Amino acid sequence: MPRRLRLFALPALLLALLPLAASAQTLRVGLAEDPDVLDPTLARSFVGRVVFAGLCDKLFDIDEKLQIVPQLATGYEWSADSKALTLKIRPGVTFHDGEKLDAAAVKFNIERHKTMAGSNRRGELAPVSTVDVVDPQTVRINLSAPFSPLLAALTDRAGMMVSPKAAQAEGDKFGTKPVCSGPFRFVERVAQDRIVLEKYAGYWNKDQVHFDKIVYTPIPDATVRLANLRSGQLDFIERVASSDMEKLKGDKKLKTARITEIGYQGLTINVGKSEKAQQNPLGKDARVREALELSIDRQGLVQVVMDNEAQVGNQWVAPSNAWYAKNVPIPRRDIQRAKALLKEAGVPNPSFTMVAPTTSDAQRLAVVIQAMARDAGFDIKIQAAEFATSLNMADKGDYEAYVLAWSGRPDPDGNLFSFHGCKQPLNYAGYCDAETDKLLAQSRATRDPAERKKVFEQIAAKVLKERPVIYLYHRNWLWAYNAKLAGVRGLPDGLLRVTGLKMAP
Amino acid sequence: MLGFLTRRLGAILPTLVLVSMLIFGLQQLLPGDPAKILAGEEQDPTVIAYLHQKLHLDEPLPVRYAYWIGGVLRGDLGESVRNQQPVLDLVLQKLPVTVELAILAMAVAVLVGVPAGIAAAVGRGTAWDAAANAFALWGLSTPNFWLGILLILLFSVQLGWLPASGYVSPFEDLGANLAAMVMPAFVLGNALAAVLMRHTRSAMLQVLSADYIRTARSKGLREAPVVLKHALRNALVPVVTLGALEFGTLLSGAVLTEQVFTIPGFGKLIVDAVFNRDYAVVQGVVLVTATTYIALNLVADLAYFALNPRLRG
Repeated sequence: MPRRLRLFALPALLLALLPLAASAQTLRVGLAEDPDVLDPTLARSFVGRVVFAGLCDKLFDIDEKLQIVPQLATGYEWSADSKALTLKIRPGVTFHDGEKLDAAAVKFNIERHKTMAGSNRRGELAPVSTVDVVDPQTVRINLSAPFSPLLAALTDRAGMMVSPKAAQAEGDKFGTKPVCSGPFRFVERVAQDRIVLEKYAGYWNKDQVHFDKIVYTPIPDATVRLANLRSGQLDFIERVASSDMEKLKGDKKLKTARITEIGYQGLTINVGKSEKAQQNPLGKDARVREALELSIDRQGLVQVVMDNEAQVGNQWVAPSNAWYAKNVPIPRRDIQRAKALLKEAGVPNPSFTMVAPTTSDAQRLAVVIQAMARDAGFDIKIQAAEFATSLNMADKGDYEAYVLAWSGRPDPDGNLFSFHGCKQPLNYAGYCDAETDKLLAQSRATRDPAERKKVFEQIAAKVLKERPVIYLYHRNWLWAYNAKLAGVRGLPDGLLRVTGLKMAP
Repeated sequence: MLGFLTRRLGAILPTLVLVSMLIFGLQQLLPGDPAKILAGEEQDPTVIAYLHQKLHLDEPLPVRYAYWIGGVLRGDLGESVRNQQPVLDLVLQKLPVTVELAILAMAVAVLVGVPAGIAAAVGRGTAWDAAANAFALWGLSTPNFWLGILLILLFSVQLGWLPASGYVSPFEDLGANLAAMVMPAFVLGNALAAVLMRHTRSAMLQVLSADYIRTARSKGLREAPVVLKHALRNALVPVVTLGALEFGTLLSGAVLTEQVFTIPGFGKLIVDAVFNRDYAVVQGVVLVTATTYIALNLVADLAYFALNPRLRG
């Protein structure tokens, strides 16, 4: 052993010199995955949005309470018929290549989101028909129909502005050298190793930028990610394993943060996606689905599966969300009632197969539900399927129940419309109801929050009774970071904002 | 020698063609629509349709193979659909990293495994033998990721001597490069050292009981030249074969080690590509790996010639 230690001593010594060489003003962030393409129009991963938070400013942002706040747009005004949104663009903003960010650039970007081949933003901006440049700092977005979730869409990738000059020059390769207008500019990317950004001297809000450089490092294993933070190689990590949170409490060198996600964990049930729906009591009879929900003890589920790092829920938004429909509260576990419902439906011991992706969370969730539902008489078989496979099965309707999570969008519409609208892309349940469709359209057309909430309550009353999805809980985003790092803001979208972050000496 | 070499080289081309077809065909058996994975959470049908067209997913299999192999012959391995980087760039970026890791791991394995095997064979039945066997059992039964995480916890978190993960190019900073590679090379080489030890031991035992060794001993040669010159040379033949094959395994099998130490190498590249259904990357990586395997086998065959005079006739 002593000899081996000597062997280690030389590199260790060299390493000890390393921190001196690296600038103290570098923020090192550990990510749970390697982001996909860094083009806001084409991007599709959650983790990519973490990097965009440092790289690309958006027209609007959200605050801690999910309220929409200005970023590149300083103000907005809806037309009386709600079919046009006029934005005031912040003056004096430039892209990282020095190009001006003005109304023409905003028009270019929204049109790029709408028309670029392979754009993932088309759905979010579907009702946008045309964009007019009113004056250099004013732009008007015209809609084919009133669309209240538009502002919320502009707080995410659809609201990110890239340099028109760079976008035109690079075409579909823009994502390899993104040019935006955020606090940091792109330096380099080595796939699966690092993404390096450096401070943009021309940033409009540069007083709030206290680092010279950010290095994002993807480290998929949560244990290794944490080890890197504890050894001082990283300053901040996202997605800490829930089982590690307790241990971190006692660590004075580290701080933790938890934010309830805007997404959800649910159980999607095939109620009409394919013929399979009618071949199984679970898909055929809403009473069987109600019995299944009543057999689940959500608090117990969260305790066992998530180490209590989740908020129980029964809707597409968490009970703490302003849009939560209070008319449909979380049902308590009630085995007697579940059994009675099954008896009433004529199937005291229904049997079905539940597809669960191979992630450990999904597998644990499936096993616990299986055990809980057994008390009510259910016989559940679990089919583990790798994510790509499970998605294919869901899309073909080749399943009876499917453990599926959604990362969430700031506006409830993003958690709802595509899942419960007839024939919508994410409607794996195959739920289709004319009345619900009407209400969904109404929720998009209504701008007044109080009125809109009433529409959501009506949707909740309908959809949650039919149960195409049984919503279970809302996970916590778990962060851990160097205790010297100040200014960490836990925003509900789970993305680290880098402005305002500061490392104490 | 020349005839042998021509025969071997002649077999390489058809093997490669077959391998390329296999890679392509097997990949298509992966369940799930790659366009759906690439379309991300939104699952926008326009995006899915666009990706189908872009990746030629609706064309018959032979046509798609022709598109790919045509590109390969022109030196174009395609482009990662996930992050838009050319596959060739990715391969050239990652291959040296994994090759370095594999070489270092092989060095660990040879430096530990072969001497331990010799010691165990020569001192058969003694404490040396028992110790070497215990080491082999430990090496073979210790899971890579577990050992890796333990080492990180000890040397990075507790003692703070070595970086927990990451990679620095040796051309940038050799010290930092070695510091980052020490633990992964040890973890990866550990199991192989055990394998090499077992093989060296059994090969040595066999050779040591051969007639010519008895002759050498009866000539009055001292034990050291008998073991190291006469016996080891012949005993190394199977060990070299194994080493060459295992080197290929190290290249493709560094996956877990690379995951644990977040080394941006080949293993990580292919695992991520498979999960993301990034076909072009999977195909490119497997093709390069297969070619490397074939080349290594050729090298092993040539090494036999050097080691075993009987084959030279």
